[in-house]
Amino acid sequence: MESILLNKYGKKVILLGNEAIVRGALEAGVGFSSTYPGTPASEIGDTFSEIAKDANLYFEYSTNEKVALEAAAGAALCGVRSMVSFKQYGLNVSSDSAFPLAYIGVRAGMVIVVADDPNCWSSAQSEQDSRYYARLAHIPMLEPSDSQECKDFTKIAFNLSEKFSIPLLLRTTTRVSHGRGVVTLGKIVEGKKRGRFNKDSIRFRNFPPYIMETHEELHKKLNELRKISEEIDINFSLNEGSKNDLGIVTSGVAFNYVMDALQDLKLDLPVLKLGMTYPIPDDKIRNFIKDLKSILFVEEIEPILEESVSALAKDVNPELEFYGKKNGYLPRSGELKEWHVLLAISKITGVKSQFNPIAQKEEYKKLSIVKRLPVMCPGCPHRASFFATKSVVGEDAVFGGDIGCYILGVYPPFETQDFVFSMGASEGVIHGIKKVSDQKAIAFIGDSTFFHAGIPGLINTVYNGSNPLIIILDNRSTAMTGHQPHPGVGITGMGEKSKVINIEDIVRACGVENVRVVDPFNVKEMEDAVREYLQKEKVSVIVAKRECQLLAIRRKKREGIVIPKFGIDQSLCDGCGICLYEFGCPAIFIENDKFFIDKDLCTGCAVCVRICPKRAIKAVK
Amino acid sequence: MPKKSNKGGEIMEFNIIITGIGGQGVLTLTNIITWSALKEGFDAKASELHGLAQRGGAIACHVRFGDKIYSPLVLEGKADLVFALEPLEALRSCYFGSKKRTVFLVNSHRLIPSSIFIAKEEYPSLSYVLDSLKPFSNKVILIDASEMAKKATGDTIMANMYMLGYSCAKKLIPLKRESILDGIKEAIPERYIELNRKIFDLGFEAK
Repeated sequence: MESILLNKYGKKVILLGNEAIVRGALEAGVGFSSTYPGTPASEIGDTFSEIAKDANLYFEYSTNEKVALEAAAGAALCGVRSMVSFKQYGLNVSSDSAFPLAYIGVRAGMVIVVADDPNCWSSAQSEQDSRYYARLAHIPMLEPSDSQECKDFTKIAFNLSEKFSIPLLLRTTTRVSHGRGVVTLGKIVEGKKRGRFNKDSIRFRNFPPYIMETHEELHKKLNELRKISEEIDINFSLNEGSKNDLGIVTSGVAFNYVMDALQDLKLDLPVLKLGMTYPIPDDKIRNFIKDLKSILFVEEIEPILEESVSALAKDVNPELEFYGKKNGYLPRSGELKEWHVLLAISKITGVKSQFNPIAQKEEYKKLSIVKRLPVMCPGCPHRASFFATKSVVGEDAVFGGDIGCYILGVYPPFETQDFVFSMGASEGVIHGIKKVSDQKAIAFIGDSTFFHAGIPGLINTVYNGSNPLIIILDNRSTAMTGHQPHPGVGITGMGEKSKVINIEDIVRACGVENVRVVDPFNVKEMEDAVREYLQKEKVSVIVAKRECQLLAIRRKKREGIVIPKFGIDQSLCDGCGICLYEFGCPAIFIENDKFFIDKDLCTGCAVCVRICPKRAIKAVK
Repeated sequence: MPKKSNKGGEIMEFNIIITGIGGQGVLTLTNIITWSALKEGFDAKASELHGLAQRGGAIACHVRFGDKIYSPLVLEGKADLVFALEPLEALRSCYFGSKKRTVFLVNSHRLIPSSIFIAKEEYPSLSYVLDSLKPFSNKVILIDASEMAKKATGDTIMANMYMLGYSCAKKLIPLKRESILDGIKEAIPERYIELNRKIFDLGFEAK
């Protein structure tokens, strides 16, 4: 973390891609930064949050990505350089404002960082390729391939944005955002922190008939940026004139797989690496492909370069053959790996590799390897909420899922996420289900998720009259992405105290009559609330309020509070297994057919004590 | 920005897979080794996984260093060292190894996922793990790093540093002790540096 603020020009440090983006922003004189946390982008905001005061800039965790983008746009309209960052779905949420922003433009540089997650390592919706947004919204895009480029491209993005009064998109993928690499530091620049909104431009009033003017203006800017794309050195080629028939067009992290595969195969094929992927450099591409016989496209997620380059080939090289995702040489789903590229090049050129990844995988598949799935932590309050709910309703209800740690309720023993769409969707979908079905229906939604996108869904349920039970799992944190604060906590991204906004107050203000706040560790009370509220004729809401156990443990250690540990009295335990098979606590294990609690893992929540029918679980030293 | 063709002679590179369970210090180890490689004068890259993939689940990080590193990921079969903080996780990442070049350094301390009990599956025996690693390894070294760390600190969490010290002393990783100690200084919050170095040295001096 310290290296991000280090002002030693030319010094080499190791940075995470996300940290390098923050460093690039500091070297570009950023004054304002906002985000809504989402992996793989989370560390951008978290790093800003840590350094904001020392770096003398403003940072906030906004309530959602649309608000975050709007806030950053506001700063940029006032002449303060701004950055907004989020994961791929955050761009969807913000898109309603991102599109007009391209027309309106900015007064100071504004960079929108979007982190795609091929393979959905930390995502629950789709393998989205956000590069389509660049084309759809006409926002220029840069694609770094490692930490050094993350820093360098961020600076380039700020400069281009300011020069052409247009926001720029910086697209990473998981292996870039969460890759570490050597970064050579540049100078940190003290940028403007304060600005002023001047009303002198009609282009900000994005309303007909001005829109036609701003739209035309936008295309003029893009034409200028096309020229930049032709000249800029982040669009470069290697091994040109190496007398090979096959060339490779690539971008982002995939470039690295190409370079390693060529080295492993001892080939020197021509490579065109695009750092700016919208607008693409048409002439540079035409020049690259004109004498080749075939092209392999290596890019993460969708065949976007594949489609645009093959369209260009019609003019200059109509005989050119294409290999890529569209004809099965590279996979259409999942993230790319070097071995995919190695095999594709090998298949096209006939050059054999000394490595045989397929044989490796075949050998591997013969082994019996039990799964180790991610789980809710020992002492997680969500586990207690799920247990109490299931003990009342059994399997006989539809469980609406949402985005947060509680998505892990998808696995046994709970299986309380019958569907998962997007942030806040548990409420919207469950309302529709209740309108057409007599089934019992329960929506689970987290606290941060409720603030993000849960309020309109709740109001809709009240206004349009359906009666699901909505359980808001309030663990006092945006836990899944790294415990960022939210409006219910009353701490800002600058680490300052703010007004605490109570979820139950909002719920009441939305017109919900049946509202109860329950501590989920009090299983009996939670069960009673679920039982009672499932019978109501109108929508009801339980706020299951209990601090995330990871935070609680950290706080207790800080405050010197002893964390109790529990053990199972073997003389009382009859081996019914509720604590393990139904409650699923990861600290409980079986040895020689007897149940035990792992003291290293137990966090002292004592919920198992309450649910054990034989009262066999007791505090131990 | 690369300008030259990469056709031609072999270049120096060293590839490591660090595998274990979220919370065992896999990310810390990844960061330390990447920094240590830079201190030794190498180019270095690493790949981590955060978020959902981390919560008590299996996690594998990659570290590569050498003259010039492109991909942050190790090619299947091209690992030089697999650093497994847990035996089952050694098995899960075994395909990164090959008979030609790969040493597996495995912490023998088992962490049994409770899903095994819920689904009534069986955790593999240590001999099954060792036998299964054979086609993917040149050498497997089994040490009880968790036990050693627990003896020294009362907690198993420092097993990662013990293994790092061990791998350095036994030259399983081509980095000097000084470079790693410098790497620890860069990658770890100041108040934990001394303890980490102590456990590193404990592993370094192990027989």
